[in-house]
Amino acid sequence: MSEALVEVRDVVKHFPITSGIVLQKQVGAVHAVDGVSFDVLRGETLGIVGETGCGKSTTARLITRLLQPTSGTVSFEGRDISHMGRSEIKPLRKEMQMIFQDPYSSLNPRKTVGSIIAEPFKIHGLKEGTGERKRAVQQLMEQVGLNPEHFNRYPHEFSGGQRQRIGVARAIALQPKLIIADEPVSALDVSIQAQILNLLRDLQRDLGITLVLIAHDLSVVRHMCDRVAVMYLGKIVELADSETLYTRPRHPYTGVLLSAVPVPDPELTAARRRQIPGGDVPSPTNPPPACRFHPRCPKVQQICREDEPLLSPKDSGALTACHFPLTDNEAAERLGTAEHA
Amino acid sequence: MTTYIVRRLLWVIVLLFLVSAITFVIFFALPSADPAQLRAGRQPNPQLVEAIRHKLGLDKSLPVQYYRYMKGLVLHFDFGYSYQNNISVKQQIFDRLPATASLAVGAAVVWLVIGISVGTISAIKRRSLFDRVAMGGALVGISAPVYWLGLLSLYLFANDIGKIKIFPGSGSYVPLSEDPTKWFTSLILPWFVLAASFAAFYARLLRGNLIEVMSEDYIRTARAKGLRERRVVLRHGIRSAITPIVTAAGLDIGILLGGAILTESVFNIPGIGRLAYDSIQQSDLPMIQGTVLLGAFFIVMMNLVVDVAYAFIDPRVRYS
Amino acid sequence: MSPLLEVDDLRVHFETEDGLVKAVDGVSFSVEKGKVLGIVGESGSGKSVSMLTVMGLSRSRNARISGAARFDGQDLIQASAEDLRDLRGNDVAMIFQDPLSSLHPFYKVGRQLVEAIQAHKYVNKSEAKERAIEFLGMVGIPDPRRRFDNYPHEFSGGMRQRAMIAMALVNEPRLLIADEPTTALDVTVQAQILDLIARLQTELEMAVILITHDLGVVAEVTDHIGVMYAGRIVEHADKRDIFRAPEHPYTWGLLQSIPRLDRPRDEPLVPIPGRPPSLITLPTGCNFHPRCPYVRPRHREVDPRLEPVPEDPAHRVACLLPSETRKRLWQELSAGKAPEEARAEIVEGGLA
Repeated sequence: MSEALVEVRDVVKHFPITSGIVLQKQVGAVHAVDGVSFDVLRGETLGIVGETGCGKSTTARLITRLLQPTSGTVSFEGRDISHMGRSEIKPLRKEMQMIFQDPYSSLNPRKTVGSIIAEPFKIHGLKEGTGERKRAVQQLMEQVGLNPEHFNRYPHEFSGGQRQRIGVARAIALQPKLIIADEPVSALDVSIQAQILNLLRDLQRDLGITLVLIAHDLSVVRHMCDRVAVMYLGKIVELADSETLYTRPRHPYTGVLLSAVPVPDPELTAARRRQIPGGDVPSPTNPPPACRFHPRCPKVQQICREDEPLLSPKDSGALTACHFPLTDNEAAERLGTAEHA
Repeated sequence: MTTYIVRRLLWVIVLLFLVSAITFVIFFALPSADPAQLRAGRQPNPQLVEAIRHKLGLDKSLPVQYYRYMKGLVLHFDFGYSYQNNISVKQQIFDRLPATASLAVGAAVVWLVIGISVGTISAIKRRSLFDRVAMGGALVGISAPVYWLGLLSLYLFANDIGKIKIFPGSGSYVPLSEDPTKWFTSLILPWFVLAASFAAFYARLLRGNLIEVMSEDYIRTARAKGLRERRVVLRHGIRSAITPIVTAAGLDIGILLGGAILTESVFNIPGIGRLAYDSIQQSDLPMIQGTVLLGAFFIVMMNLVVDVAYAFIDPRVRYS
Repeated sequence: MSPLLEVDDLRVHFETEDGLVKAVDGVSFSVEKGKVLGIVGESGSGKSVSMLTVMGLSRSRNARISGAARFDGQDLIQASAEDLRDLRGNDVAMIFQDPLSSLHPFYKVGRQLVEAIQAHKYVNKSEAKERAIEFLGMVGIPDPRRRFDNYPHEFSGGMRQRAMIAMALVNEPRLLIADEPTTALDVTVQAQILDLIARLQTELEMAVILITHDLGVVAEVTDHIGVMYAGRIVEHADKRDIFRAPEHPYTWGLLQSIPRLDRPRDEPLVPIPGRPPSLITLPTGCNFHPRCPYVRPRHREVDPRLEPVPEDPAHRVACLLPSETRKRLWQELSAGKAPEEARAEIVEGGLA
C-alpha cells in the first residue's frame, strides 16, 4: 500500500468578513473549506471535483501552503507544514509545484519563455554553471513538446495549448514529488485538451510524480485519476476510487453531478434519468446546518437537517458522508445504465 | 454606508490636523522673510521689530505657537489675524471664496460639456476628420500653459485691449450679488481659459473609456435587443464610461476651489488663489494656514463626495 | 415547409494589417421553424462570427461580407441597418456566453427587460413591467416581482443566464440564437439551463441555433448538427447520424479526443494532432489535411465541397475520401483501433 505523501487533517479555512467604523470587527466568514481530511498517496493521481464555491481551489492552495489553514494540519512527507515559516518552507517548495488554469494570465508577459521556465532554478539557486540553465530549460521544453529553439520568445507568441505546456515545463523543472494542477485544461479548446492531458499523464508516469487534479469536468477527472474526492460547500462528500465513483456513486450529490454531465451520446442522454436539484448552491458564508446538501437533496429526511453525516465507508468501498446513500439501482438510473430506465 | 461616511469624516479631521502641522513646520523650516520685519516697514528699528514679534506671538516656541493657533481654530473657529494688515483671516477668506467658487464651478460646467461631447463624438467617429482634429486640439489644450492662454485670450478678445472687442477684460469681475450680467460676462473668458486644458484632458479620457466600453459584452447585448444605436451609446455606453470622469471632475473641482492662482492673476479676479499667493510672498502665516487648510478641506471633502457618488453610480460598489 | 432561416454560401472576410482573415468561408445551412440546429466548433471555427454577422452585429468597416441569409424570405445580409435592428430582439433573439458581462452592471435587471420590450412594442411602462415579471417567472426565477429590482451582480450565475433568456424571449422571437449559453456555468446549472431552453423551445415553437464547442451539449437538445472547422461546415447531419455514423475525420477526431463517461475509463484519448490553421493562410486543398491521419496526395490540392452522402441527402460531408471508405474507417475507429491502424487497414489496403 502506498504511503501518504500529503496528509490533510480537519483542515478549515475561513476568510473573515469585517465591518466597523474605526476598529474592524469580524462579523462573518466565508467558509471556503470547512473540515476536510484526506491523504494524497505517493504516485497516485487524485482528483478533486466540485462546482463553484465548493472549496477545491482553496484546498489546492492549502496543500501547497499558498494559504495557511485557519485550523487543522497539512503534512508533507510526515512534516507538519501548516504554519511553517517562510524560510523553513522554501526548500519544501521544490517538492511541490502548481499548474494553473489560465494559460493567458499565469505567465508573465514581459519575460521570455526561457526565463519563465528557468525561474524555479533561479529562485532556489540551482544550475548556476554557464549554460547549464539554458540546457536544462531546452531539455524541459522538448519534454513537454515545445521547440527548444523558441526559448527566447514571449508568451503572446504562443497558442493557449503551448502556453499551458510552458506552465507544465515550469512545474516539472525542479522534479517535484507533487504537482497540483488547478483546472489545467478548462481554458483550452477541446482538441488541445487531449494533448495536454496525455502530456500530463506521460510525464507523471515517466517522472514518478504524484498528481492532484482539480477540475469541474467530471469526464476529465475520471479519465485521469485513480481516486476522486467530491466536494460540496467546503466539505468532502464522497471519496472513492474512480471506477467505483463513476459506476456506483453513493452520495446523492455525486449522483446529481453524474446525471448532469453532458455525454456525447443521444441515446444514453435520453435514457438517463436526470436528477437536477432546483435552485443554486447556497453561499459559503452561510452554509446550511447539519448535512450541507440537505435543502436540495432528493432523499432528504429529518435526520439530515439535524445530524451532520461524517465520511464513512459504504458498501461500494467509497467513503461517503450521507445518511441515505444511493442504492446501486438509483445510481444506475442517474447514469443511464439502468435496465429499466 | 453611514458607518463608512462617519469613518471617512473622522479621517478628514485627522488629515486637516496633519496638514496644519506640516504647514507650520514648513513655514518655520524654510527660509523666508521674517514676518515681523516685513510688518515693521522700511528701516525698522530693532525694538519695533521685537515689539511686533511679541505682539504676533512669534517669540514663543513652535509648539506653543501651534497650540495657540489650533486652540483658537478648534474652539472659536478663529483663523487668526493677518500678519500684514491685521484683518481677520476668516473674513478675508470668506469674502473671496465666492469669486473662486464662481470661477471654478463655471469652468467645470464648460469643460464637462465640451469634454464629454467632444469625447463622445470622437469615440463614435473614430479616426474620422473630426476625431483627428479634436484630439490634435486636445493636445494643444493640454500643453498650453493656462497663463499663456489667458493672456492670448485677453489680447484677442478683451474689449479694452483686444483685437476683437467682445468680452470684458482683466479686472472687470464683480460679485454675482452686485450685477449678475456683468458677473457673467466678466467670467466668460476666464471660464474658457481655465476649462481649456481640462476639457482637452476629459475629452481624451472619455474617448478612451468609451471606445473600451463599446466593445464590452453588454453593448453587444443592447444591440442584440434591437435598441437604436443612439440609445446604446448614451444609455449603455456613456453611462459606464462616465464614471472615471465623475471621479476626476470631483477631484479637479476640489483642487480649483482652493484657488486657481494663475487664472485669477491673469484676469485679476479677487479669489483665494491670489490671496494664497500674496500671503506666501508676505510670509503671512495665518493667511497661509487659512488658505492651505481651506484648500485641503475642499480636496478631502470632494474626495469623499466622489467616493460616495460612486456608490450611487455603480451599484456593485458597496461600502460596509 | 420552407426553412425559417436559410444561410447560403456566407463569407465573412476581415481585412487586417496581417492579411485577409477568412473567418467564415462559404457556410450554408438552414433551420426550420421549431427545430434546433447545433453548431459545433472550436475557437476560430467561425461559428460565432457567422451568426453575429447574420444578425448584423459584426459588420465592422473592414469586413467583406458576401452570400445570403434569408430569414422568412428576407435577406438579412442585404437588409438595411434599420430593418435588422427591427428584427433583433423581436423576431430573432440572441443570448451569449457570459451572463455577468452581458448584462449592464449599472441597471436593474427588470429595467433591462422592460427596455427590451419597449424597443419593439408600444406598451406603457407598467404593462412592460408586468410582462417582464411574467417572463422572469417563466424561466424559473423564484419571486420574480422582487427580483425585478435586483442588479445583475445580485443574481447567481444560473439565475443571470435565466434572466438573459427571459430578456431574449420577452418579445416571443421565432428564432433564438444561443452562443455558448452554458459554457461559463457549473455542470448542474448547465443542465438546468439546457432543460429550460428545451422546454421553452417546445412551448413557444421557437427555432433555436445552439452554438457550442461541447459535443455533449448538442447530444441533448438538438435535432441536427453542423460541425465547423476553419470557417466552413465540414459535416452536417441529423443528430443521431453525427454520433452514430459520422463521416468526417475532424468529427471523428472530436469524438475520440474527449474523455467520455460512456467509454471505458482507461480508453486512451486520441488528440487531433497539430493546431487549427491560421485563417489568413489556410492550407491548400482541404483545410483539414495537415492534421488528417488519412490524407492522400490529392487532398493537398483539391478543396472538398459539402456534399450529400449517397443514401442520405440530409447528411452532408466535405471530404474527398469516398463515403464507403469513410464508413469503414469509422467502424474501425469505433472498434477501438488507433487512426494509424485504421488507415493502414482501409486506406492503404487499396480501398481509397
